[in-house]
Amino acid sequence: MEAIEFINNFAAQFDETDASEFTLQTNFRGLDEWSSLNALAILNMIGKKYSVILKPEDMKKANTIQELFDLVQLYKK
Amino acid sequence: MIWYNCIKNSMNPFSLIGKTVLITGASSGIGRSMSIVCSKMGANVIITGRNAIRLSETFALLESGLHLQYCVDLTNVDDLQVLVESLPKLDGFISNAGIANPIVLQLTDSDDVDEMFKINTIVPINLTRLIVQKKKLNKGASLIFISSINGNNCSFYGSSIYAATKSSLTGFAKGVALELAPRNIRVNSICPGMIETNILKDANIGIAELEIDRLKYPLKRYGKPEEVAYAAVYLLSDAAQWITGSNLIIDGGYTLQ
Repeated sequence: MEAIEFINNFAAQFDETDASEFTLQTNFRGLDEWSSLNALAILNMIGKKYSVILKPEDMKKANTIQELFDLVQLYKK
Repeated sequence: MIWYNCIKNSMNPFSLIGKTVLITGASSGIGRSMSIVCSKMGANVIITGRNAIRLSETFALLESGLHLQYCVDLTNVDDLQVLVESLPKLDGFISNAGIANPIVLQLTDSDDVDEMFKINTIVPINLTRLIVQKKKLNKGASLIFISSINGNNCSFYGSSIYAATKSSLTGFAKGVALELAPRNIRVNSICPGMIETNILKDANIGIAELEIDRLKYPLKRYGKPEEVAYAAVYLLSDAAQWITGSNLIIDGGYTLQ
Protein backbone atom coordinates (compact mmCIF):
# COMPACT_ATOMS: atom_id res chain seq x y z
CA MET A 1 0.00 0.00 0.00
CA GLU A 2 1.67 3.14 -1.27
CA ALA A 3 1.27 6.47 0.53
CA ILE A 4 1.34 8.42 -2.71
CA GLU A 5 -1.46 6.30 -4.16
CA PHE A 6 -3.48 6.81 -0.97
CA ILE A 7 -3.02 10.59 -1.19
CA ASN A 8 -4.16 10.55 -4.84
CA ASN A 9 -7.23 8.45 -4.00
CA PHE A 10 -7.99 10.81 -1.13
CA ALA A 11 -7.60 13.91 -3.32
CA ALA A 12 -9.86 12.41 -6.00
CA GLN A 13 -12.83 12.79 -3.66
CA PHE A 14 -12.52 16.61 -3.76
CA ASP A 15 -13.56 18.91 -6.58
CA GLU A 16 -12.52 22.39 -5.48
CA THR A 17 -9.31 21.82 -3.53
CA ASP A 18 -6.11 21.91 -5.58
CA ALA A 19 -4.33 18.54 -5.69
CA SER A 20 -1.10 20.20 -4.48
CA GLU A 21 -2.73 20.85 -1.12
CA PHE A 22 -2.86 17.13 -0.34
CA THR A 23 0.17 15.71 1.47
CA LEU A 24 0.51 13.24 4.33
CA GLN A 25 0.64 16.22 6.70
CA THR A 26 -2.58 17.80 5.43
CA ASN A 27 -5.18 18.31 8.16
CA PHE A 28 -8.15 17.39 6.00
CA ARG A 29 -10.69 18.58 8.57
CA GLY A 30 -9.37 22.10 8.08
CA LEU A 31 -10.00 22.15 4.34
CA ASP A 32 -12.67 24.62 3.20
CA GLU A 33 -14.27 21.87 1.12
CA TRP A 34 -14.44 19.31 3.96
CA SER A 35 -18.00 18.15 4.69
CA SER A 36 -19.92 15.10 5.84
CA LEU A 37 -20.36 14.17 2.16
CA ASN A 38 -16.56 14.11 1.72
CA ALA A 39 -16.29 12.02 4.87
CA LEU A 40 -18.69 9.43 3.44
CA ALA A 41 -16.83 9.48 0.12
CA ILE A 42 -13.51 8.88 1.90
CA LEU A 43 -15.00 5.95 3.85
CA ASN A 44 -16.41 4.53 0.59
CA MET A 45 -13.05 5.02 -1.15
CA ILE A 46 -11.22 3.16 1.63
CA GLY A 47 -13.77 0.33 1.41
CA LYS A 48 -13.53 0.07 -2.37
CA LYS A 49 -9.80 0.55 -2.89
CA TYR A 50 -8.42 -1.08 0.25
CA SER A 51 -11.22 -3.45 1.34
CA VAL A 52 -11.22 -1.86 4.78
CA ILE A 53 -14.54 -0.93 6.39
CA LEU A 54 -13.96 2.02 8.68
CA LYS A 55 -16.67 3.49 10.85
CA PRO A 56 -16.94 7.25 11.23
CA GLU A 57 -15.85 6.77 14.83
CA ASP A 58 -12.62 5.20 13.60
CA MET A 59 -12.17 8.03 11.16
CA LYS A 60 -12.57 10.58 13.92
CA LYS A 61 -9.26 9.36 15.35
CA ALA A 62 -7.53 10.79 12.29
CA ASN A 63 -7.00 14.44 11.46
CA THR A 64 -4.21 14.19 8.91
CA ILE A 65 -3.98 12.02 5.82
CA GLN A 66 -0.98 10.29 7.44
CA GLU A 67 -3.10 9.31 10.46
CA LEU A 68 -5.84 7.96 8.21
CA PHE A 69 -3.28 6.11 6.09
CA ASP A 70 -1.84 4.52 9.25
CA LEU A 71 -5.32 3.52 10.39
CA VAL A 72 -6.07 1.81 7.08
CA GLN A 73 -2.73 0.02 7.19
CA LEU A 74 -3.48 -1.14 10.73
CA TYR A 75 -6.82 -2.63 9.67
CA LYS A 76 -5.29 -4.26 6.60
CA LYS A 77 -2.88 -6.28 8.77
CA MET B 1 -65.22 -16.66 27.64
CA ILE B 2 -65.78 -18.15 24.16
CA TRP B 3 -68.73 -15.81 23.71
CA TYR B 4 -66.58 -12.89 24.78
CA ASN B 5 -63.81 -13.83 22.32
CA CYS B 6 -66.30 -14.22 19.48
CA ILE B 7 -67.75 -10.81 20.14
CA LYS B 8 -64.30 -9.34 20.62
CA ASN B 9 -63.00 -10.77 17.30
CA SER B 10 -66.09 -9.94 15.29
CA MET B 11 -65.82 -6.37 16.55
CA ASN B 12 -62.15 -6.09 15.67
CA PRO B 13 -61.68 -4.84 12.08
CA PHE B 14 -57.91 -5.12 12.51
CA SER B 15 -57.97 -8.86 13.17
CA LEU B 16 -55.98 -11.11 10.83
CA ILE B 17 -57.64 -14.32 12.02
CA GLY B 18 -57.96 -16.79 9.15
CA LYS B 19 -55.63 -14.86 6.83
CA THR B 20 -52.51 -16.41 5.31
CA VAL B 21 -49.70 -13.90 4.82
CA LEU B 22 -46.34 -14.26 3.04
CA ILE B 23 -43.55 -12.08 4.47
CA THR B 24 -40.07 -11.83 2.86
CA GLY B 25 -36.95 -10.77 4.69
CA ALA B 26 -38.28 -12.15 7.96
CA SER B 27 -34.92 -13.07 9.49
CA SER B 28 -34.51 -9.78 11.29
CA GLY B 29 -35.56 -6.18 11.83
CA ILE B 30 -38.84 -4.98 10.38
CA GLY B 31 -39.53 -8.35 8.71
CA ARG B 32 -39.16 -10.24 11.98
CA SER B 33 -41.37 -7.79 13.81
CA MET B 34 -44.08 -7.91 11.13
CA SER B 35 -44.05 -11.72 11.24
CA ILE B 36 -44.48 -11.80 15.00
CA VAL B 37 -47.15 -9.08 15.11
CA CYS B 38 -49.14 -10.63 12.23
CA SER B 39 -49.10 -14.00 14.00
CA LYS B 40 -50.27 -12.35 17.22
CA MET B 41 -53.15 -10.78 15.28
CA GLY B 42 -54.21 -14.26 14.20
CA ALA B 43 -52.59 -14.69 10.79
CA ASN B 44 -50.92 -17.85 9.56
CA VAL B 45 -47.60 -16.54 8.29
CA ILE B 46 -45.20 -17.89 5.70
CA ILE B 47 -41.81 -16.37 6.32
CA THR B 48 -38.74 -16.31 4.09
CA GLY B 49 -35.17 -15.27 4.70
CA ARG B 50 -31.63 -16.05 3.63
CA ASN B 51 -30.17 -16.81 7.04
CA ALA B 52 -31.53 -20.17 8.28
CA ILE B 53 -30.56 -19.66 11.92
CA ARG B 54 -32.06 -16.20 12.25
CA LEU B 55 -35.14 -17.25 10.28
CA SER B 56 -35.67 -20.11 12.75
CA GLU B 57 -35.31 -17.64 15.60
CA THR B 58 -38.14 -15.60 14.09
CA PHE B 59 -40.20 -18.75 13.57
CA ALA B 60 -39.76 -19.68 17.24
CA LEU B 61 -41.12 -16.28 18.28
CA LEU B 62 -44.40 -16.65 16.35
CA GLU B 63 -47.70 -17.07 18.14
CA SER B 64 -49.29 -20.50 17.69
CA GLY B 65 -50.67 -21.07 14.19
CA LEU B 66 -50.20 -22.87 10.88
CA HIS B 67 -46.95 -21.16 9.98
CA LEU B 68 -44.30 -22.10 7.43
CA GLN B 69 -40.70 -21.01 6.94
CA TYR B 70 -38.62 -21.13 3.76
CA CYS B 71 -34.90 -20.41 3.81
CA VAL B 72 -34.42 -19.14 0.27
CA ASP B 73 -32.25 -16.76 -1.71
CA LEU B 74 -34.88 -14.85 -3.65
CA THR B 75 -32.27 -13.59 -6.12
CA ASN B 76 -31.98 -17.19 -7.32
CA VAL B 77 -34.59 -17.64 -10.07
CA ASP B 78 -34.99 -21.37 -9.37
CA ASP B 79 -35.53 -20.77 -5.63
CA LEU B 80 -38.13 -18.14 -6.49
CA GLN B 81 -40.04 -20.53 -8.77
CA VAL B 82 -39.98 -23.34 -6.20
CA LEU B 83 -41.15 -21.02 -3.44
CA VAL B 84 -44.12 -19.70 -5.43
CA GLU B 85 -45.13 -23.19 -6.63
CA SER B 86 -45.24 -24.42 -3.03
CA LEU B 87 -47.26 -21.50 -1.65
CA PRO B 88 -50.87 -21.93 -0.55
CA LYS B 89 -53.44 -19.28 -1.54
CA LEU B 90 -52.56 -15.98 0.09
CA ASP B 91 -54.63 -13.26 1.73
CA GLY B 92 -51.61 -11.06 2.22
CA PHE B 93 -48.10 -10.57 0.90
CA ILE B 94 -45.51 -8.24 2.43
CA SER B 95 -42.48 -7.60 0.24
CA ASN B 96 -39.93 -6.53 2.79
CA ALA B 97 -36.50 -7.98 1.88
CA GLY B 98 -34.02 -5.27 0.95
CA ILE B 99 -30.54 -3.87 1.46
CA ALA B 100 -29.12 -0.42 2.16
CA ASN B 101 -25.41 0.30 1.72
CA PRO B 102 -24.58 4.02 1.81
CA ILE B 103 -22.23 4.86 -1.04
CA VAL B 104 -21.66 8.11 -2.89
CA LEU B 105 -22.38 8.05 -6.63
CA GLN B 106 -18.79 9.00 -7.40
CA LEU B 107 -17.62 5.62 -6.05
CA THR B 108 -20.58 3.51 -7.16
CA ASP B 109 -19.84 0.89 -9.82
CA SER B 110 -22.26 -1.04 -12.02
CA ASP B 111 -22.11 -4.10 -9.72
CA ASP B 112 -23.35 -1.92 -6.82
CA VAL B 113 -26.23 -0.68 -8.98
CA ASP B 114 -27.10 -4.18 -10.22
CA GLU B 115 -27.04 -5.74 -6.74
CA MET B 116 -29.18 -3.08 -5.11
CA PHE B 117 -31.74 -3.02 -7.91
CA LYS B 118 -31.84 -6.81 -7.98
CA ILE B 119 -32.58 -7.21 -4.26
CA ASN B 120 -34.67 -4.08 -3.66
CA THR B 121 -36.65 -3.88 -6.89
CA ILE B 122 -36.26 -6.76 -9.37
CA VAL B 123 -36.90 -9.54 -6.84
CA PRO B 124 -40.08 -7.93 -5.41
CA ILE B 125 -41.35 -7.36 -8.97
CA ASN B 126 -40.63 -10.92 -10.07
CA LEU B 127 -42.04 -12.45 -6.89
CA THR B 128 -45.24 -10.43 -7.28
CA ARG B 129 -45.41 -11.31 -10.98
CA LEU B 130 -45.11 -15.04 -10.25
CA ILE B 131 -47.63 -14.91 -7.38
CA VAL B 132 -50.15 -13.24 -9.71
CA GLN B 133 -49.40 -15.49 -12.68
CA LYS B 134 -49.68 -18.66 -10.57
CA LYS B 135 -52.99 -17.35 -9.17
CA LYS B 136 -51.85 -17.53 -5.56
CA LEU B 137 -53.92 -14.58 -4.34
CA ASN B 138 -57.39 -14.89 -2.86
CA LYS B 139 -59.96 -12.26 -3.77
CA GLY B 140 -59.71 -9.40 -1.33
CA ALA B 141 -56.00 -10.01 -0.71
CA SER B 142 -53.71 -7.19 0.38
CA LEU B 143 -50.18 -6.63 -0.94
CA ILE B 144 -47.71 -4.38 0.86
CA PHE B 145 -44.35 -3.16 -0.37
CA ILE B 146 -41.94 -1.90 2.27
CA SER B 147 -40.48 1.12 0.52
CA SER B 148 -38.92 4.20 2.15
CA ILE B 149 -39.26 7.94 2.50
CA ASN B 150 -35.83 7.87 0.82
CA GLY B 151 -36.55 8.22 -2.88
CA ASN B 152 -40.25 8.99 -2.46
CA ASN B 153 -40.18 12.04 -0.21
CA CYS B 154 -36.53 12.94 0.32
CA SER B 155 -33.05 11.50 0.05
CA PHE B 156 -29.78 11.31 1.95
CA TYR B 157 -26.05 11.43 1.22
CA GLY B 158 -24.82 8.18 -0.28
CA SER B 159 -28.23 6.80 -1.16
CA SER B 160 -29.02 7.85 -4.72
CA ILE B 161 -29.20 4.24 -5.95
CA TYR B 162 -31.15 3.08 -2.88
CA ALA B 163 -33.57 5.97 -3.44
CA ALA B 164 -34.00 4.95 -7.07
CA THR B 165 -34.77 1.34 -6.08
CA LYS B 166 -37.38 2.39 -3.55
CA SER B 167 -39.17 4.94 -5.74
CA SER B 168 -39.25 2.30 -8.50
CA LEU B 169 -40.90 -0.05 -6.05
CA THR B 170 -43.68 2.38 -5.14
CA GLY B 171 -44.24 3.10 -8.84
CA PHE B 172 -44.60 -0.62 -9.44
CA ALA B 173 -47.03 -0.91 -6.51
CA LYS B 174 -49.28 1.76 -8.01
CA GLY B 175 -49.41 0.00 -11.37
CA VAL B 176 -50.21 -3.34 -9.75
CA ALA B 177 -52.84 -1.69 -7.55
CA LEU B 178 -54.67 -0.56 -10.67
CA GLU B 179 -54.40 -3.92 -12.43
CA LEU B 180 -55.55 -5.99 -9.46
CA ALA B 181 -58.36 -3.68 -8.32
CA PRO B 182 -61.00 -5.51 -10.44
CA ARG B 183 -60.32 -8.58 -8.28
CA ASN B 184 -60.65 -6.49 -5.14
CA ILE B 185 -56.97 -7.03 -4.38
CA ARG B 186 -55.36 -4.02 -2.73
CA VAL B 187 -51.75 -2.93 -3.13
CA ASN B 188 -50.07 -0.33 -0.93
CA SER B 189 -46.60 0.83 0.06
CA ILE B 190 -45.26 1.73 3.46
CA CYS B 191 -42.55 4.42 3.49
CA PRO B 192 -40.70 4.34 6.80
CA GLY B 193 -38.07 6.78 7.96
CA MET B 194 -35.10 5.41 9.87
CA ILE B 195 -36.02 2.39 11.98
CA GLU B 196 -33.95 1.00 14.86
CA THR B 197 -32.73 -2.35 13.54
CA ASN B 198 -29.53 -4.37 13.49
CA ILE B 199 -28.85 -2.96 10.02
CA LEU B 200 -28.07 0.31 11.78
CA LYS B 201 -25.74 -1.42 14.23
CA ASP B 202 -23.93 -3.18 11.38
CA ALA B 203 -23.88 -0.19 9.06
CA ASN B 204 -21.00 2.13 8.52
CA ILE B 205 -22.46 4.76 10.84
CA GLY B 206 -21.09 5.97 14.14
CA ILE B 207 -23.04 6.03 17.40
CA ALA B 208 -22.57 9.80 17.77
CA GLU B 209 -23.76 10.39 14.20
CA LEU B 210 -26.85 8.30 14.85
CA GLU B 211 -27.64 10.28 17.99
CA ILE B 212 -27.40 13.57 16.08
CA ASP B 213 -29.51 12.15 13.26
CA ARG B 214 -32.25 11.00 15.65
CA LEU B 215 -32.68 14.59 16.79
CA LYS B 216 -33.52 15.65 13.23
CA TYR B 217 -36.82 13.83 13.61
CA PRO B 218 -39.57 16.03 15.10
CA LEU B 219 -40.51 13.15 17.42
CA LYS B 220 -36.80 13.01 18.45
CA ARG B 221 -36.20 9.33 17.82
CA TYR B 222 -36.06 6.68 15.10
CA GLY B 223 -39.00 4.36 14.62
CA LYS B 224 -39.37 0.94 16.17
CA PRO B 225 -39.85 -2.14 13.95
CA GLU B 226 -43.22 -2.87 15.55
CA GLU B 227 -44.46 0.60 14.56
CA VAL B 228 -44.08 -0.43 10.93
CA ALA B 229 -45.61 -3.82 11.73
CA TYR B 230 -48.77 -2.20 13.16
CA ALA B 231 -49.20 -0.23 9.92
CA ALA B 232 -48.80 -3.46 7.97
CA VAL B 233 -51.49 -5.11 10.12
CA TYR B 234 -53.81 -2.21 9.32
CA LEU B 235 -53.23 -2.47 5.57
CA LEU B 236 -53.62 -6.26 5.63
CA SER B 237 -56.81 -6.11 7.64
CA ASP B 238 -60.40 -5.54 6.63
CA ALA B 239 -60.15 -2.10 8.24
CA ALA B 240 -58.30 -0.93 5.13
CA GLN B 241 -60.68 -2.40 2.55
CA TRP B 242 -60.97 0.87 0.59
CA ILE B 243 -57.29 1.73 0.62
CA THR B 244 -55.24 0.88 -2.44
CA GLY B 245 -52.34 2.54 -4.25
CA SER B 246 -51.35 4.58 -1.21
CA ASN B 247 -47.91 5.29 0.28
CA LEU B 248 -48.16 5.36 4.05
CA ILE B 249 -45.41 7.54 5.51
CA ILE B 250 -44.19 6.49 8.97
CA ASP B 251 -41.31 8.80 9.80
CA GLY B 252 -41.84 10.58 13.10
CA GLY B 253 -42.51 13.76 11.14
CA TYR B 254 -39.16 13.82 9.33
CA THR B 255 -40.57 14.80 5.94
CA LEU B 256 -42.68 17.59 7.42
CA GLN B 257 -39.61 19.81 7.50
